[in-house]
Amino acid sequence: MQKMSDFLNFNRQPPNTTAVLILSDGTSFWGSGLGAIDIAVGEVVFNTAMTGYQEIMTDPSYAGQIVTFTFPHIGNVGTNLEDIESSRSATRGVVFCANVTTPSNWRSNCSLEIWMENTGIIGISGIDTRALTRHIRKVNSLYGIIAHSPNGKFDTDALFHQLTEWNEEIGLDLVKDVTCNHSYNWTESRWNLETGYCQQEQSRFNIVAIDYGVKHNILRCLSDVGCKITVVPARSTIEEILVHRPDGIFLSNGPGNPEVTGIYAVPTVKKILKIGLPLFGICLGHQILALALGCKTHKMENGHRGANHPVKDLITGKVEITSQNHGFVVTETSLPKEIIISHRSLFDGSIEGLMIRDHRVFSVQYHPEASPGPQDSYYLFKRFISTMET
Amino acid sequence: MIKVLIIKIHPNIDHNFISELKMPKRTDLKSILIIGAGPIIIGQACEFDYSGVQACKALKEEGYRIILINSNPATIMTDLNLADATYIEPITVEMITKIIEKEHPDALLPTVGGQTALNMSMILAETGILNKHGVEMLSANHDIIALAENRFKFRDTINKIGLETPRSYVVCNLEDARRIMNSIGLPSIIRPSFTLAGSGGGIAYNLEEFEQIVINGLATSPIHEILVEESVLGWKEYEMEVIRDKNDNCIIVCSIENIDPMGVHTGDSITVAPALTLTDKEYQIMRNASIAILREIGIDTGGSNVQFAINPKDGRMLVIEMNPRVSRSSALASKATGFPIAKIATKLAIGYTLDELLNDITDIIPASFEPTIDYIVTKIPRFTFEKFPGSNPILTTSMKSVGETMGIGRTFQESIQKCLCSTETGLTGLNDYEIPNADNGNNRDAIKAILSQPRADRLLIIAQALRYDFSIDEIHSCCSYDPWFIKQIKEIVETEKCIRTTGLPIDMTGLLRLKKMGFSDERLAELSSKTTDEVTRYRETLNVKPVFKRIDACASEFPSNTPYMYSCYEGDGIKPANCESDPTDRNKIIILGGGPNRIGQGIEFDYCCVHAAYALSEVGFETIMVNCNPETVSTDYDTSDRLYFERLTSETVIELVHKEQSKGHVLGVIVQFGGQTPLKLATALEKAKIPILGTSPNAIDLAEDRQRFHYLLQKIGLKQTDNGIAQTLDDAKTVANTIGYPVVIRPSYVLGGRAMRIVYDSDGLTHYIKDAMAVNENNPLLIDRYLSDAIEVDVDCLADTNDAYVAGIMEHIEEAGIHSGDSACSLPPYSLSLNIISEIKRQTKLLARSLNVIGLMNVQFAIKNGDIYILEVNPRASRTIPFVSKATGIEIAKIASRIMSGESLASFKLRDRSIKHVAVKEAVFPFKRFPGVDILLGPEMKSTGEVMGIDSDFPRAFAKSQLGCGINLPISGTVFLSVRDPDKPLLIEIANRLILMGFKIIATNGTATLLLNKNINVKKINKVLEGRPHCVDAMLSNQVQLVINTTEGSQAIFDSLSIRRTALIHNIPHYTTIAGANAAVGAIEALRIGTLDVASLQSYFINHVNI
Repeated sequence: MQKMSDFLNFNRQPPNTTAVLILSDGTSFWGSGLGAIDIAVGEVVFNTAMTGYQEIMTDPSYAGQIVTFTFPHIGNVGTNLEDIESSRSATRGVVFCANVTTPSNWRSNCSLEIWMENTGIIGISGIDTRALTRHIRKVNSLYGIIAHSPNGKFDTDALFHQLTEWNEEIGLDLVKDVTCNHSYNWTESRWNLETGYCQQEQSRFNIVAIDYGVKHNILRCLSDVGCKITVVPARSTIEEILVHRPDGIFLSNGPGNPEVTGIYAVPTVKKILKIGLPLFGICLGHQILALALGCKTHKMENGHRGANHPVKDLITGKVEITSQNHGFVVTETSLPKEIIISHRSLFDGSIEGLMIRDHRVFSVQYHPEASPGPQDSYYLFKRFISTMET
Repeated sequence: MIKVLIIKIHPNIDHNFISELKMPKRTDLKSILIIGAGPIIIGQACEFDYSGVQACKALKEEGYRIILINSNPATIMTDLNLADATYIEPITVEMITKIIEKEHPDALLPTVGGQTALNMSMILAETGILNKHGVEMLSANHDIIALAENRFKFRDTINKIGLETPRSYVVCNLEDARRIMNSIGLPSIIRPSFTLAGSGGGIAYNLEEFEQIVINGLATSPIHEILVEESVLGWKEYEMEVIRDKNDNCIIVCSIENIDPMGVHTGDSITVAPALTLTDKEYQIMRNASIAILREIGIDTGGSNVQFAINPKDGRMLVIEMNPRVSRSSALASKATGFPIAKIATKLAIGYTLDELLNDITDIIPASFEPTIDYIVTKIPRFTFEKFPGSNPILTTSMKSVGETMGIGRTFQESIQKCLCSTETGLTGLNDYEIPNADNGNNRDAIKAILSQPRADRLLIIAQALRYDFSIDEIHSCCSYDPWFIKQIKEIVETEKCIRTTGLPIDMTGLLRLKKMGFSDERLAELSSKTTDEVTRYRETLNVKPVFKRIDACASEFPSNTPYMYSCYEGDGIKPANCESDPTDRNKIIILGGGPNRIGQGIEFDYCCVHAAYALSEVGFETIMVNCNPETVSTDYDTSDRLYFERLTSETVIELVHKEQSKGHVLGVIVQFGGQTPLKLATALEKAKIPILGTSPNAIDLAEDRQRFHYLLQKIGLKQTDNGIAQTLDDAKTVANTIGYPVVIRPSYVLGGRAMRIVYDSDGLTHYIKDAMAVNENNPLLIDRYLSDAIEVDVDCLADTNDAYVAGIMEHIEEAGIHSGDSACSLPPYSLSLNIISEIKRQTKLLARSLNVIGLMNVQFAIKNGDIYILEVNPRASRTIPFVSKATGIEIAKIASRIMSGESLASFKLRDRSIKHVAVKEAVFPFKRFPGVDILLGPEMKSTGEVMGIDSDFPRAFAKSQLGCGINLPISGTVFLSVRDPDKPLLIEIANRLILMGFKIIATNGTATLLLNKNINVKKINKVLEGRPHCVDAMLSNQVQLVINTTEGSQAIFDSLSIRRTALIHNIPHYTTIAGANAAVGAIEALRIGTLDVASLQSYFINHVNI
């Protein structure tokens, strides 16, 4: 077994390294730097998906995090203008096993390295990401500082100091950095091979999507099932929401601690619930809904991040393979009686979906919009439409 | 063990959730019949033993009675303790029907025995046999299989759900064909309807070729109909392994990307897992399509494999085919991910759903998830074109490889370089390749030409082209490999160049970087002009050591207690790299496996390794398996206590042994069970002071070293045929003259009789040495007197330092001179006298004692005129061990491994006992896969597998062995005879017996004259050279039901080739030795008396305790 002392002593820099990742427990990982030449601090998490790195790196739910990719080859298919989930970069930093290779895919128009430079994401490669992942799994809730310096010069003591000075983000509202400033309409629908993204042809229902850091593909899925979508900022008031005459409300995914965002989000959601509009929440939106319903949330020992997570729909008994990305979860013991647990993780039994008895309000912890990941759960968007039909 | 999932993690489970966990297993079924895949053939190898074993174990766990049929005795699945009733019988409808009538199974599992089992199940369903006996087909029923297997129905179904297949059209004339061609473009593929093995068809690249092939195709097709198909040559090829349960839960276990593009059979392609060149959007299209196809075809439960072609230019996706069963790819996917597809698929077939089953590699998560991996897996097929002179080494859509090897690494480069080293073809990495007429890289056209051919060695050719400064684009345009892979190879080649010019790196991080790229010490030695020892020592000095990572199906998201591991180089060189090997403090024994299957080294050796693991685990040792063959039972993570999925090179093995020695006690390594591959590591292991269990390498060498062995035999008074060693052509001639022709020649240290020949005169000798072998002092030739018409006998024995036990004596049917692996043989002997048998026993025991054998020993004897000659002694596991075990009921590999671990032979209380039945082993050949190749047998082994026929007497057992190979002996009709002169006396008796049974005889002139002189009624027929109608015409027009054709001399052999090829292609039973013909006629006599019955293996050994 590896001893902690093996990892400590971050001052011993191996030759020809141009980036370092130092963790809050003093563990360090040296490798080759890529992307932005910068320093960043964030929670270090891992993602086990084997495809879809560009989508992951642009997913606002990862805001403020340093993402370790367990799959060794990242960058093979380059980057393109389509596979982005938000208009700005989301992750602070990324950790790769192998060095990024020359891309090969007909959809690629830019290499990952250059794209990362342009989007300001710091990367480190040549890391034993399996060792790092095992470390993250054992030591809960790790923070780290990632630094990229092409001349290979680092003041590691200063870096470690900067890390220890870092206020734990558990108390920060990360949503404010990723939500939109003004409301806007969304008309793009899902991607297909022949035409790429489509434009919505017709819509049946007005919905308002509250943007806590929404992934574009959620909006595309909603557009696909016939929603006329207005995206509004996270701090929108109930009046600002109702002015769009919504048939249903959508609560988006997003980063950070739900209780912190909940300070301003929960009162609004409570008002929506009172009005009785159909409501659908995903990820952070699910947690905000739970808080509004009187549940509690807590940080998990090990978050769920990957594209292979089995979730059981307790109503149909069917298993769906889901894309997940969350570090907080709804606390089971806090559940009021009128709330039904609709989905559970088959990995650890945790709550993955909630529903109120009239079925017009429901939410899931995972990502039915996929992108990246399996599209087994697309039915939820249709379910949302059906709640508005009744 | 798969347990039913009770979520134990969460204490406060919702009631809703628990109500889902009902009793899921089907209790209306009591007994289930499993059909195995039969003999190992190209395209259907030991992966179906692996899947069969998993299926048996899974059903046994659930308490079902298992009835099993498989004609292949070298399988683990036919071990007495796996099924309740094990039938080693020919896999034919008649035999299975008899088994069903006897055993009354409630259900049939058709999906774990390859295409053989699937086809058999289809016939059983179509003929109403299953219905009549109330046998339910599990996993996939008749209609579903029919839908998946029928090209047109499948296409329609696929199109119905909005997916595309390659466009193809049936046409009956040239005009229509032209019209179709105009719409689908060139190249296009022409497939005539109802012709054998695609004959008459082809790929047309231009208009002229197109018209020519169409005209030819229309003429060849008996109904003058052809299929014109859109060509997707050069498109990328992918496979998806999908599992579905009865609740419609679907998961993808693994995606596989073929590096070889469309046009090369996936079994012949170099492949990687997972897919590496798809964006998530493309991958999800493929994932959705795979699941949609399973649903639409209606695969109720179980695993399927779906193949796709993707246009690299625009991502357009076509569905190529699906296999509604466990396949070779699913074995690969299981090993690549740690997800046991066959086991899970079997559980689903009996009623479980994915979420009710545990993924046993982590033991805390259910099977209803998609494995994710954090390493790269490469598979390289193993070919044996050298065994079949005249065969075309170009790869096509018809599979030609005989085995495969898999390499696991942290990166693609590490994975592929590891894999190359494990092909057992002498590669140490991307070795230099001599491209014919390359003119040192100047003849670019020659290089481009060879790059464009789909060849087994194309990876090496690409590397060589890169050395000649070909660009990635140039190479891509020739071979359609994805540029990503070519770039990866280019980096390796560039690094090699750097090592060549500047030598090895001077510091640790530099060397670590090379090892991370997968360079073996041996390759580094070649590149830096050092010896391997020097490089290894240098590496140790710099403290560059591999670490071991676990395969856990979840990229370490959850802890795994299953020690399924691979080696890699990791870390930054400053801090110790993270190693997950975590050796225990137990007493351990390491078993080295056999690497990729190839002719001469197949499933039999894996069987021995697996038995060693079973037996030694049972008596309390920790067993540690090392092997790199993904098809085998040995590389299943629950066969041994610990599994290293690793290449069998001294570098890797020594490193992992050292790791295991760091804790607990390593008793030693078993190198004698995995065939030649581990055996050749013995010296290096000894040098590294690693104990080797059982017979010492010195004794093994003594048996292999001509000179030393000769003295030993003289000392103990045993006879050898006259022999000698030659190091030059002149030497060889002198030796051969002294001994007297004919002689058997072979290089020393070979397996499977590689390059072994019988030579009849000095011209033949010259020819052989010039053509086939470089002879020099490092590579001396062994020359033996060839004993014509001698009886060959194979003996397997167990021994320890005090005692020896003869476990089985097998009399060959074919005469000495045919490789023992290719000969049929009978246990017990069917013609040897008791005196000879007891003398053979005496000599065997004497040899075992003199060689100090501890464990297994195989001896080959030749018997002529009452004299016994020793042909060969191998103090290690032999190919016949599983056959002997199945025929006698004594699992000798298990006993041998325990003797090697220190137990005494005496403690097993084995006694000589006579068996009342007869078992015949017959070899199975791949000749049909190699057009134009002669099927004559000789001292070089050519068979890929074997079957066993077991019955109360020799003729019936022999008949079953033939039936097991697909040879349907006729009981009436016409026999064509054409034999060489020395066989003619024996032929008279055979002909008489045939006439007596009412057969008509036709014969070529010489043979006919002889028989007429003996008053045997025979009709003369022309040889092929004598003008038409000739014997081949008669065969083609169904006038011949049996062919007996023996021949000698190169001209006669050449002239009669078409007879043998015709018999082969048209499935006419044919015998090329007079001894074989004799046995066949005996079998026909038995068949005329009564039909064959079935009996379970267990019933033969009802009165003895199994060890």
